[in-house]
This record gives sequence, structure tokens and C-alpha cells, in this order.
Amino acid sequence: MANNFVELWVYLSSAPLFGLTATLAVYVMAQALSVRYGHAPWANPVMVSVVVLAGLLLATGTAYPTYFAGAQFIHFLLGPAVVALGWPLWQRRAALRARWGRLVVASLAGGTAAAASAVGLGWALGLPGDVLLSLAPKSVTAPVAMGVAAQIGGVPALAAVFAALTGMVGALSARWLFGLLRLPTDPEGMALRGFALGTASHGIGAAHALQVHADAGAYAGLALGLQVVLAAVLMPLAFRWL
Amino acid sequence: MKPLQGLAFLLLMQSAGEALSHFLKLPVPGPVVGMVALLLALRWAPVQQAVAPAAGFLLNHLSLLFVPVGVGMMTHLDLLGAYGLRLLLVIVLSTWIGMAVTALVLRWLQRPGKTEGGAGGEQLR
Repeated sequence: MANNFVELWVYLSSAPLFGLTATLAVYVMAQALSVRYGHAPWANPVMVSVVVLAGLLLATGTAYPTYFAGAQFIHFLLGPAVVALGWPLWQRRAALRARWGRLVVASLAGGTAAAASAVGLGWALGLPGDVLLSLAPKSVTAPVAMGVAAQIGGVPALAAVFAALTGMVGALSARWLFGLLRLPTDPEGMALRGFALGTASHGIGAAHALQVHADAGAYAGLALGLQVVLAAVLMPLAFRWL
Repeated sequence: MKPLQGLAFLLLMQSAGEALSHFLKLPVPGPVVGMVALLLALRWAPVQQAVAPAAGFLLNHLSLLFVPVGVGMMTHLDLLGAYGLRLLLVIVLSTWIGMAVTALVLRWLQRPGKTEGGAGGEQLR
């Protein structure tokens, strides 16, 4: 009986079906938890899902590549989802055209502050050089952060981990931090909050913003796109001069 | 049918973006080029009608799409263990600094009473 169960488990966990089913099932539950607690920061669905799934894989001794064989079908949709971020921007094109210059300036200032403070603090705390260079692109969405890290001499896999952590930290603490800064919660204020969250915490921040407020989500998506362009172009140049 | 057409169109834009990014050796990844291509294509009404439901569905569940990458953190538990506390401190503080600087700069740039081009006059005074 027990043996049969082990055989069944070995079969199921080696098929792509496992990774896909587990990801969807755990996320649906994490989403329900988040809704139940009014989108409380600690119930962030990405963080809850990651913790539960990683725990499940570690507990059952399942390797990450085995899991990813199924999860890749979800991962693949990130591409068309980034393209789809053009839709909320199109809906707000008049407002965006009027404030284009200010948004680019704020994006450049915030992105520079995030990268410089990460490298500076890491250096002050004695982290090794390749870790520092992997920290620099952490406010850019994970696939781009990996490419930038490779260009400036960091470790791509580390850059992806730091980007994912940065996204979760931003999504978790945004409401508290913006409250502390006394940013308003009217539609204009939500646009401001979303833009700041998208600049510092890319896709995971934008996903959080989209769930909280439509304007916040649209501006977070724009901020994410601006960070990608600015970081991909300027960061390799900046580190060449340093 | 519309959502399916929309998804096909999004994938088409992504493919165009990947191709442009690859052949022109752009430093920007394909999906971001695809986003710009979509913005240009959205001026046509049939594209809008097809893309709206597909984009709505994908963006409503954007959080889900980051879960597989996030779970990948478990493959670097040794590193996170070795530098854990320092790394966490650096990531948390720099994320807050990035968010605060962006928000404060943008709020200052669009503060009430300031119009585009009006700042120069104030500085001269």
C-alpha cells in the first residue's frame, strides 16, 4: 500500500502535470487568502505561493527543474503579459502625453537611487564584488535583470533571485511606506503610488498595484517598462565608466 | 472567440518584438518592444476589441505568472543562508529608497502651482 503510493508519487511528480497543477492550485488558495484578508500585505499571493511551493518541493525532495517542467507553461505567459501592459497605457494615453517628461525624470531618479543604494549598502556591509554587481539591476524585471547582470559582470541567477525578492519587499511594504510619506489615496495619488512601486519593484510590484487600483496598476506597468529601457541602456554604460 | 484572437495578437506582437530586438541588436528585450508595437497597433478598433479581454485576463492574474521564478529562489538557499541577513537588509533598504525617491521626485515635479515651463521663471526670481 505504502509502496504503491510512493510509486504513484514518483510518477506524478516527474510529469509536467505536477508543476502546473501545484502552481495553479496553491495560487488559487493564496489568492482566496489574500481576498479574505482584504489584500493585507502579509497575505501577498506571490509570497504565500512561493513559500508554500518551495516548502512542498523541499519536503518531498522534488528538484526545481522537475517542478519547472510543468510551471514553465505559466512562466511562458509573462511574455504576452508584458506586451499586454500596453493596453492600460493606451487607455490613459492623453494623461500620459501631458506628463511624459516628469515621469521619465522620476523614473531615472528612482532607478538610480535604488541601484546606487543597493551597491553602496552592500559594499559597506562587505558583500563580495560579484554579489554587488548582481544587486545593481534588482529593480528591473527578472529576465532583463539577468541580462544586465551578465553584461556588467554579475551572476544572472543571483540577479533573478534579488529581483524576485525586491518585488516581494516592494509589494509587501508599499502601503506602509506610502502612508509614512503621506501620499494621497485619490486617483492622482494612486497613480503616483503605482508609478513609484513599479519603478522600484517591477512586475511583482505592478501585479500588486493592479490588484489594488486600476490607475496604480497602469502607472506601475509604465514604470516597469521605463525601468527596463533605462536600465538596459544606461546600466552597462554606467558600470563601464566606474 | 475575442479573447483567443487577442492572445494570438499579443503573441504576434511579442514575436515581432523578439525579431526586431534580435536583428537590430537592441538592448531592450522582445516583450518590451512588443509592448511598444501594441501601443502603435491599438489605434485600430478591431485590435482594441480583441486585445481588451485577453489583456484584462492576463493582467488580472499577473501575480501568478511570477510564482515559478519566485520558487526558483529555493535553488540558492545556500547563498541566502551565507549572506542572508546582510542581503535582506540591502534589498529592503534600497527598495524603500527607490520607491521613496521616485514618489517624492514625481510629487515635487507635479506640485500644485507649477506649470510646464513655469519653473524657470521661479528660479530666476
